[in-house]
Amino acid sequence: MSAKKTLDAKIPPGPVTEKWTQHKFNMKLVNPANKRKHTVIVVGTGLAGASAAASLGELGYNVLNFCIQDSPRRAHSVAAQGGINAAKNYQNDGDSVYRLFYDTVKGGDFRAREANVHRLAEVSVSIIDQCVAQGVPFAREYGGMLSNRSFGGAQVSRTFYARGQTGQQLLLGAYGALMRQVEEGKVKLFPRREMLDLVKVNDVARGIICRNLVTGELERYAADAVLLCTGGYSTVFYLSTNAVNCNATAAWRCYKRGAYFANPCFTQIHPTCIPRFGETQSKLTLMSESLRNDGRVWVPKRKGDDRKPSEIPETERDYFLEAKYPAFGNLVPRDIASRNAQEVCQEGRGVGPTGYAVYLDFGEAIQRLGKDVIAQRYGNLFAMYHEITGDDPYETPMMIYPAPHYTMGGLWVDYNLMTTVNGLFALGEANFSDHGANRLGASALMQGLADGYFVIPYTLGNYLATTKLDPVTTESPEFDAVAAEVQAGVDKLMSIKGKTTADEIHRELGNIMIDEVGMSRHEKGLNRALEEIPRIREKFWNDLCIPGDAKDYNKELEKAGRVADFLELGELMARDALERKESCGGHFRLESQDSEGEAKRDDENFTHVAAWRFRGEDKVPERCVEALEYENVKPSQRSYK
Amino acid sequence: MNVNLRIWRQPGPNAPGRLVDYSLDEIDPSQSFLEMLDKLNEKLIHEGQEPVAFESDCREGICGNCGLVINGIAHGPKGACTTCEVRMRQFNSGDTITVEPFRAKAFPLIKDLVVNRSAFDRIMSKGGFVAVNTGSAQDANLIPIHKDDAERAMDAAACIGCGACVAACPNASASLFVGAKVSQFTWLPQGQVERHTRVLKMVKQMDSEGFGDCSNHAECEAACPKEISISNIGRMRREYTKAVFAAV
Repeated sequence: MSAKKTLDAKIPPGPVTEKWTQHKFNMKLVNPANKRKHTVIVVGTGLAGASAAASLGELGYNVLNFCIQDSPRRAHSVAAQGGINAAKNYQNDGDSVYRLFYDTVKGGDFRAREANVHRLAEVSVSIIDQCVAQGVPFAREYGGMLSNRSFGGAQVSRTFYARGQTGQQLLLGAYGALMRQVEEGKVKLFPRREMLDLVKVNDVARGIICRNLVTGELERYAADAVLLCTGGYSTVFYLSTNAVNCNATAAWRCYKRGAYFANPCFTQIHPTCIPRFGETQSKLTLMSESLRNDGRVWVPKRKGDDRKPSEIPETERDYFLEAKYPAFGNLVPRDIASRNAQEVCQEGRGVGPTGYAVYLDFGEAIQRLGKDVIAQRYGNLFAMYHEITGDDPYETPMMIYPAPHYTMGGLWVDYNLMTTVNGLFALGEANFSDHGANRLGASALMQGLADGYFVIPYTLGNYLATTKLDPVTTESPEFDAVAAEVQAGVDKLMSIKGKTTADEIHRELGNIMIDEVGMSRHEKGLNRALEEIPRIREKFWNDLCIPGDAKDYNKELEKAGRVADFLELGELMARDALERKESCGGHFRLESQDSEGEAKRDDENFTHVAAWRFRGEDKVPERCVEALEYENVKPSQRSYK
Repeated sequence: MNVNLRIWRQPGPNAPGRLVDYSLDEIDPSQSFLEMLDKLNEKLIHEGQEPVAFESDCREGICGNCGLVINGIAHGPKGACTTCEVRMRQFNSGDTITVEPFRAKAFPLIKDLVVNRSAFDRIMSKGGFVAVNTGSAQDANLIPIHKDDAERAMDAAACIGCGACVAACPNASASLFVGAKVSQFTWLPQGQVERHTRVLKMVKQMDSEGFGDCSNHAECEAACPKEISISNIGRMRREYTKAVFAAV
């Protein structure tokens, strides 16, 4: 291990239950009359970005809010289905802030920061209050009270939901609040803008360079702080459950300006997605995990058995999750379900046209409960599956395969959500802080809104109140220099004039990433990725083809810039996975498993965050660490047998 | 399978546009309509031509970003789905498929099949919210809401803001879009305080953006990927009338 530099997370002193309360009191405030003198840039309009921009506008700051879509309402938070956790204990079933904290630390396989997680659990209750007050139509009981469900194997019912569209409804709530501030003149909205670089003045984040995606012009914006709310990087795998425009470019360019990138190898692969069918597919569709409550996962016992599922007798089927994990069966956590599906497929027992799928069979459940009950529970999901695949799950087993879904890694932030660049903050999926090595279901929405509504309004105020910032203009030499670099980057891409499209190269990268930096990793494979990715990168820079003009609406140029960054981020992910020689959460190293083939952590050597520092092009980045301490939740090995 | 495509090409808002013919083969029937267009674009790029500009993001029917008029129908002939949810198996090999943008005066064209729908955002900024600052909310269960009302509010709130209702309407009216948002808050106690001002301001903005009026063709409901009912327009009109009298 090359751990040289140790990072200070600035965790407040005191018991974990009092840290946030005390810290809120200790932080300096910005006088109401002074707030309007500060300008804040917020990049992204998902749950984190929209909630931050709206809340800061309400407080009186001048906010400049950017998004790549045509409207803030389209950010990918909109696609979250299941729900949002909160420690309300409305069900009287034993939930509490402390239990949500405990479950999240444990679920993250002891690689999350305790203080952050406790704060997240604390503010979770205010999030639900806020969203209900906004008119978010959560599901209700007949008495008019809010309805909850248990989600992702949790022992308490703490998940609030709005049909299968919880993310959409929460986002529309935040979007409404945001648009109200636009009307009030406190937020200025810049849709169809892509942040391409960060501008630092005296080593402090003071602005951004954007490309106007309609005109192609580069634009400059200055501010007193920059908030990055740009989501995760699952699309590095090309095929994922994320939207096709999701990307890591803003975060990656900040990494190159000095923001450390933490735990890039911590990615979550979701087990219940519709398998890929061919080369030209553009995305993988997620189906709710709830399907595993009644569906039984199996593959044929014999390799290469290509009979129809109905022709394979019971004795020749391998219900591998039930056999291996009798206590939890088909309901084992996401990472375990995903990994086992991959293993049986790699043994040659996968099904479907590609051999990379397993059956999710409702035959037994339909016999036991009747078709009506199953239709009531999963009717919409069955219809969706039927629509996409052409197969009717009432008649024949579904086929599923895991897909990249969420990235726990992201820009390193301290307790105040500030990155290693002063004045640059990261919120939501773009940061790394709260989920450790694995995120629990229904916790992503919670974290995005926690950061935006209830954390950043306090910590940003403290930063502005305690930092002396000289006025800057977008005409300063610092802006000139970065703008020139961005222009040179665009020119370089346009000048390659080769024969391969950005998508073709992205697919090539995605194949390596899913094979070697996907569900299970090992030294040899990771080294292969570290050899292959630079080769693909070379091909990209020598043979990329971008038609059209840079000063125009040009989707291919957008894609190319993002793929260029993925080709570097992918390498960092492989490097991070190689250095973390333990298994934990979504990161499974074949070399680190117990006698029963389960993930084995190495707490002695890896109870830390790995944060990577950029040292220049063609230089190996430096691996810095933040030691993690568990004062409240005692690390234990997970067992689902 | 193979298809013949007639696609609207227009380099910019002020340039003339026209339908251009393409043919594409080796299409997998499992492909989505947009994946078929991806394939066409890859082919065009390899032939040294400019790809067709179109928009999409989530590709699972929820972000509202994609929107094409396929064979004269917004989001295609199947109904109750977005363009990204249209699958090629809905067509026959050899079909000719016409692809055009969502056309409306209030949705100015940017390029090819891409239009500007920011008029929707401006309407929402006038009242598509409950004005409650962060932190000032009471405990969530202090606002009991009848289950049926919550369900009705959710039916209306399901709108994804794609603009198919406008594209389908012979008057290019945004009444279903506005009606859905007005209805959502009409069903909920949280929406009552601003009930009158909301509908007045949103309707005023809708009119000033150049959307037409509703004349009950119900094409909007037929095109809506989320099957939002035209009854929301009736509710908006009632709310508007009540608000006008309340304001006197």
